[in-house]
Amino acid sequence: MSLSVVTGPARVAGGLFAFALDVVVAMFRRPFQVRELLQQAWFIVTVTIVPTALVAIPFGAVIALQVGGLIKQFGAQSFTGSAAVLAVVREAGPIATALLVAGAAGSAIAADLGSRRIREELDAMMVLGINPVQRLVAPRVLACMIVAVGLNSLVNIVGVAGGFVFNVVLQDGTPGAYIASFTALAQEADLWQGMVKALIFGFIAAIVASYKGMNAAGGPKGVGDAVNEAVVITFTLLFIVNFFVTAIYLQLVPPKGM
Amino acid sequence: MGVEVKVDGLTKKFGSQVIWNDVTLTLPAGEISVMLGPSGTGKSVFLKSLIGLLKPDRGSILIEGVDIASCSERQLYEIRKLFGVLFQDGAMFGSMDLYDNVAFPLREHTRKSESQIRQVVMEKMDLVGLAGAEHKLPGEISGGMRKRAGLARALVMDPEILLIDEPDSGLDPVRTAYINQLFIDLNAQIDATFLIVTHDINTARTVPDNIGLLYHKHLAMFGPREMLLSSREPVVAQFLNAQRVGPIGMSEEKDADELAAEASIEMPPLPPIARQLEPSDGRPRRGQKEPGAWCAANGVVPPPGSFEPSATSGAVA
Repeated sequence: MSLSVVTGPARVAGGLFAFALDVVVAMFRRPFQVRELLQQAWFIVTVTIVPTALVAIPFGAVIALQVGGLIKQFGAQSFTGSAAVLAVVREAGPIATALLVAGAAGSAIAADLGSRRIREELDAMMVLGINPVQRLVAPRVLACMIVAVGLNSLVNIVGVAGGFVFNVVLQDGTPGAYIASFTALAQEADLWQGMVKALIFGFIAAIVASYKGMNAAGGPKGVGDAVNEAVVITFTLLFIVNFFVTAIYLQLVPPKGM
Repeated sequence: MGVEVKVDGLTKKFGSQVIWNDVTLTLPAGEISVMLGPSGTGKSVFLKSLIGLLKPDRGSILIEGVDIASCSERQLYEIRKLFGVLFQDGAMFGSMDLYDNVAFPLREHTRKSESQIRQVVMEKMDLVGLAGAEHKLPGEISGGMRKRAGLARALVMDPEILLIDEPDSGLDPVRTAYINQLFIDLNAQIDATFLIVTHDINTARTVPDNIGLLYHKHLAMFGPREMLLSSREPVVAQFLNAQRVGPIGMSEEKDADELAAEASIEMPPLPPIARQLEPSDGRPRRGQKEPGAWCAANGVVPPPGSFEPSATSGAVA
């Protein structure tokens, strides 16, 4: 009895890992599903782009408000811009992207594959000699990764712009100082780090959603459960992975000297 | 054309629950076999094991020298190209219309041009009586139509083995009769090996060359149609004649008391054996035998009135 408490989650983790490897192998196997990839990428863009933009504005604004207040007490207002850029590009961008890719795209993927599973469509596909991991999952995972990188750029731009507007309009910051300090703390590597994070988060979100969807069981309720579990597991994983990536990044890339 | 499927010592469990144990049978090449069994005896599980969707716990399934139960995944996808499978509700892809559904295997596996694909798809759609419904979505049509569309998709790659899961569930008797005739005609035409899973007695009595009966976690009997229809084995006789008297109860198996109380009751006499359906164009099938041939060869006296031309339909009163 006590053993199953350990083996249960271990089995899920192992299954998820094996599935991820299968998907990676399938990504490089011909024929490439270009059509499916483009359709899925477009679909993911349509469900995520508006909420991402809407989330990015307050994200940038909150950072501007917090940092702006704090930094004023130190008398370092001229660095407000650089602090906002650093926070948005390094953390807020990838995290906001991840939440939306997991919440909007991941849940859609889990629901889609889950309902195909319970309608025996996946079985039918396998029986027709087509591997659903290669035909359906690999293009979805790739699409999610590509769109996540794109969304990350969107969050960066909209977030920084939002911070700028709030700093200038509400906190009486000077536009020139805000823009001039952009590169004081942030560096090019931060941008790459954000991109890599978005790529990893897109991968994880799509893998978890596909895995849960493809293993849905027990009728329509099973699909609902799969979607729910996919979103919860993805969120948990993303924040853990984000911590490790940040920790590694801070070790590898020294902060910019002033 | 048509390949043999050799199943040996097949056992399937879900956890500790045994579904069936030690199933051994051979589906003869080019013949039609029916797998019968009370609800919940794992007929569909058996069918899914044959195509490698479920891994059996023990035993082997040999098709053209490849053991489905233990071969690699790549081999499995290769061997599945020999199969056509009709799932219970058709398992059509919900996001595509019927035409794209039927064309799907051709587009994925062949280099046929769109006009060639169109020709094959229309031919199969016509065969199952769905001409004119190509552009309907699976959600917009009835269960019977979905089933027929599923059959068209299963046929499109010219399969060597056709597995059919409950063709008659959800179909009206007239359509069931048509679809049964269609199976016979198809078998004469493409000479594939058929396995039909069903619990429709009329189908079981008139369509197949061979009948198998799954009951109480094992294969009770498998053999030529006339062998099972003339069998006095209680389970077989009860099921094939849809009676209450016999070892099969409401909950899978009657309890010992009930059986003891029934021990004195004699099984009612077997009804006459109907003639097997024949191809409508008179073309002979590979598995076809003269009515009564098996009984004569094995010295079994069939129930009176058997094999009379009038007994073709309405076998079960």
